[in-house]
Amino acid sequence: MLLEISHPAELYHLTNWLDTILQENLPEWGALLVKFVLIGVALLSAYAVIALLLIYGERKITAFFQCRYGPNRVGKWGIIQSVADMIKILIKEIIYIDNVDKFLFYAAPFFVIVASMLTFGAIPFGRGLQAVDFDNGIFYVLAVSSISIIGVLLAGWASNNKYSMIGAMRSGAQFVSYELSAALALMTVVVLSGTMNLSTIVAQQEYVYNWNIVRGHIPAIIAFVLYLISGHAETNRGPFDLPEAESELTAGYHTEYSGLQFGFFYLAEYLNMFIIASIATTVFLGGWQPIQIGVEGFDQIMNYIPSFVWFFGKAFFLVFLSLWVRWTFPRLRIDQLLNLEWKYMLPINMVNLVVMVIVVVYGFYIK
Amino acid sequence: MEKIKDLILRTVPEAVFEEKKQLTVSVEPNKLHLLAETLYGNAELPFDYLVMMVGMDWGDTLGVIYLLSSSKDVSKEVVLKTATADRVNPLLYSVTDIWETAHLNEREVYGLLGIRFINNPDMRRFFLNSDWKGFPLRKDYDPDSALNPVSVESKEIVDVAPRIMETPQGLKEEKVNIFEEDDYIINIGPQHPSMHGVMHFRTALDGEIVKKIDIHSGYIHRGIEKLSESLAYPQILHFTDRLDYLSANINRHALCMCVEKAAEIEISERAQYIRVITDELNRIQSHLLAWAAMCNDLGSTTAFIYGFREREMILDIFEKTSGGRLIINYNVVGGVMFDIYDNFQKDVKAFIPVMREALKEYHRLFSGNVIALGRMRKIGMMSKEDAITYGVSGASGRASGWSCDIRKHVPYSIYDKVDFKEIIRDECDSYARYMVRLDEIEESLKIIEQLIDNIPAGEHLVKTKPIIKLPEGSYFQRVETGRGDFGVFIESRGDKTPYRIKFRSPSMVLVSAMPLICKGEKLADLIGIGGSMDYVIPDIDR
Amino acid sequence: MEIKNIYIKGIPNEEFKDTEYLEKYIEELRANGVPIVVGALDDLINWGRSNSIWPLAFATSCCGIEFMAAAAARHDLARFGMEVTRNSPRQADVIIVAGTIVHKMAPLLKRVYDQMAEPKYVVAMGSCAISGGPFVNSYHVVKGVDEIIPVDVYVPGCPPRPESLFYGLMQLQRKVKMERFFFKVKK
Repeated sequence: MLLEISHPAELYHLTNWLDTILQENLPEWGALLVKFVLIGVALLSAYAVIALLLIYGERKITAFFQCRYGPNRVGKWGIIQSVADMIKILIKEIIYIDNVDKFLFYAAPFFVIVASMLTFGAIPFGRGLQAVDFDNGIFYVLAVSSISIIGVLLAGWASNNKYSMIGAMRSGAQFVSYELSAALALMTVVVLSGTMNLSTIVAQQEYVYNWNIVRGHIPAIIAFVLYLISGHAETNRGPFDLPEAESELTAGYHTEYSGLQFGFFYLAEYLNMFIIASIATTVFLGGWQPIQIGVEGFDQIMNYIPSFVWFFGKAFFLVFLSLWVRWTFPRLRIDQLLNLEWKYMLPINMVNLVVMVIVVVYGFYIK
Repeated sequence: MEKIKDLILRTVPEAVFEEKKQLTVSVEPNKLHLLAETLYGNAELPFDYLVMMVGMDWGDTLGVIYLLSSSKDVSKEVVLKTATADRVNPLLYSVTDIWETAHLNEREVYGLLGIRFINNPDMRRFFLNSDWKGFPLRKDYDPDSALNPVSVESKEIVDVAPRIMETPQGLKEEKVNIFEEDDYIINIGPQHPSMHGVMHFRTALDGEIVKKIDIHSGYIHRGIEKLSESLAYPQILHFTDRLDYLSANINRHALCMCVEKAAEIEISERAQYIRVITDELNRIQSHLLAWAAMCNDLGSTTAFIYGFREREMILDIFEKTSGGRLIINYNVVGGVMFDIYDNFQKDVKAFIPVMREALKEYHRLFSGNVIALGRMRKIGMMSKEDAITYGVSGASGRASGWSCDIRKHVPYSIYDKVDFKEIIRDECDSYARYMVRLDEIEESLKIIEQLIDNIPAGEHLVKTKPIIKLPEGSYFQRVETGRGDFGVFIESRGDKTPYRIKFRSPSMVLVSAMPLICKGEKLADLIGIGGSMDYVIPDIDR
Repeated sequence: MEIKNIYIKGIPNEEFKDTEYLEKYIEELRANGVPIVVGALDDLINWGRSNSIWPLAFATSCCGIEFMAAAAARHDLARFGMEVTRNSPRQADVIIVAGTIVHKMAPLLKRVYDQMAEPKYVVAMGSCAISGGPFVNSYHVVKGVDEIIPVDVYVPGCPPRPESLFYGLMQLQRKVKMERFFFKVKK
């Protein structure tokens, strides 16, 4: 089905145009340099803006769950509340603590934020909006996102604080366990799509009935749910927020951090939530692909909405789900958490993977 | 009670009885333990519930008053008195081996009066720092603030407890370590987000498992009992509100009743009705807050906010009635301070169905939640025997199957006229404590429903003398607050100020049971169990 | 009950409400010669600080409950962006001392205050924190937290209503906005 569909409002027009101008006016290395810088700046600012949006969004959504208003004094509907928070955090004193392992203490927040930024860079945000496109993209995403646990463990260890230590240890156990489930759930889809390349995975899911979650039907839906749960747990958010369980551990592994260093943890926490949602979107829900059903007129209308809007729409929907869960459930205990993973989710995941293999081998999926 | 009298005489023939309403016995210190043991072991009516211990300074002697009651019938009371004339190094025998709850009480008596107890395993001062000079509740205490200046120096916590043990060779003073050498100890509190106040648990952990808890208290010890000794009775009233601020009105009711009983002031029917209605409203808001705080401890912030939402309705009614929200200063000696406002009945009746709906919502949101159940079922088990020996009354005691509602067993005010069910569960765990509270809200609503339309006409406040002097003697009144058995003990020498006033704190026993029921549980459950016990720290520290 | 005329010695009635004259005063000061860029940057910083005051509730007694009520649905502290209660003093901006501070607690309060990162502010909530309140004659009560730590805003009441806490916190916001001219950052 080759439909002639135009994409009028896409950002790749802009990027292509920029590319052409740079190629024409600069030597190749210069053009590349400028592009690198531009992409870097764009990614960093997108990172910050998305984090601010998420923080604002969470506070507002939480407020509505709890019959409150939420921030409404700073700007219209409190919309620049998180900007004020950011300015405050930027100029807040960073406390230099004695009796800590200085190097590890100061390195820890960077591990966390760098890990989430590296992951962030590999996500396809829209048609032609992907900074790096590896052949083994999923592998890369899984690998770099797990760097952050080193940061958390370092923070807990170096802080010389018992709460931090317990929080970090919990976090370590939790992250390592749930990383397994997350990876296996993604592997299930890799089996289905036959590639680890994120852009190919998105390209395969052009129509709604091609979305992996539909195409792989039962095993894919199971994998989707498992991925959401384990992703939720990886981001340390309720009901899996034991590493920073306020009621017992004060603030968990980042108890001793102030100012910008704390800001890094804070940003990374929100961004990780978004990253999990966007990987789920990319892999299961067709990424930036609009809802296309193979009817030309309908598809064209859907395509008037730019692809990155689709992407963010889907991702934010998943974020909303995650918030919904977070603000409804009480917190699990560490042993219950590990039980859930090792006794239920991992076995289900393994069986599910085998089922998916059978589905693919015998061609039971929706073609 | 005649049988008990006989029993006491058989055990200690030289015991001195006093002519009082309650059976009051004075014995020598060395006979007290024997007598206590006999009363405890009395098969027919075992006096296994130590309601409170009052450390006394009678001028020339120092001593302790024990108020005993029976778990089978909490209306039966026996008072034991003992005293020593040695003011320099006063020693009495401990009864910790009989009633566990005596442990913290004896430490409190040591901290405030300087009486040490032989055989108490841990004789540190409870409220005050160990370097505090003087014993505040003694009549010859030097209040000069230069002796005990405010210091902002951080002090190391020394985990060594002195004690005096009785050995065949005589008394032996020794020191014991509270923790083992290589225990991993974390401090939960005093400034901790979910401590319901400023309690300090030094917790030894084995991984995530709680090995031992050592309780430190006194971070909000305001010396209310000492302050009261120089104030007239109506002036003391406002302190009771600030003890257990969640049951403010009920506490105040207790003191008012105690003073009224002693001064023989008859209060009007109307005032009784209003008092009971406000008490029950107060109980509901206390239980709501307990529910909210417990949910928050278990990580459910939304439930926390929901609990506060309904609570505001009660606070509105309070505010319209008395002008206060949390601390309402409503009960006074002789009745209530203001008459109810015109729409009081309407507002309360509007609140009842809202609360019923909200209860359903709570159950939907939290009680049936699988994670919540996992965090509450079979967690923090406290058997009925433990509850009794620790004196854990109130909702937590009833969740262990102990029928101990003062409103039922020793009805005060007009509680004998209303019909309500005493909620008793026998699961003994956090979940039972949680459910008892929610069910009690329903019972309180029933009580309010029975009373709200029948408030009789009449005076809301009986005229009393401007200065109330209580006749000489000791008076005691217990009420059921949101946390349990709250008692007021007044010893009067015929003045307008009490000679000694003591409040029986229901939260103190809850906290004293924490090391027992948390042992072997996970750290996260320590917080959850704390939430289910629902203690209020200023009530403990006074 | 009629509320009679309030009379507090030394404070005229009309001064209860108005701090705007201070703001006007600042505008005047600024008009007379603060460099524009620095002034604008200062404004931005103070705007950020004043709108993002994350509290640490040092709740010891009844006032703590009213603080919670202020954070809950009816009153909703979140409207001012203050619902992010940080339990770690390192990350908090204002410590709300809610309740009586006694001798045993004093070193701990000081320690928590010292652990906070600059800029830090203190709100004394309730009469106990302001002066010792009803327990002022007690042997064990500190007569006001200002004996231990410097206080920015006093919120009277026993306990103060959530509305009074809001008023206090809004005064704190104003104070932060004017900080450059009137109040040195405490060191």
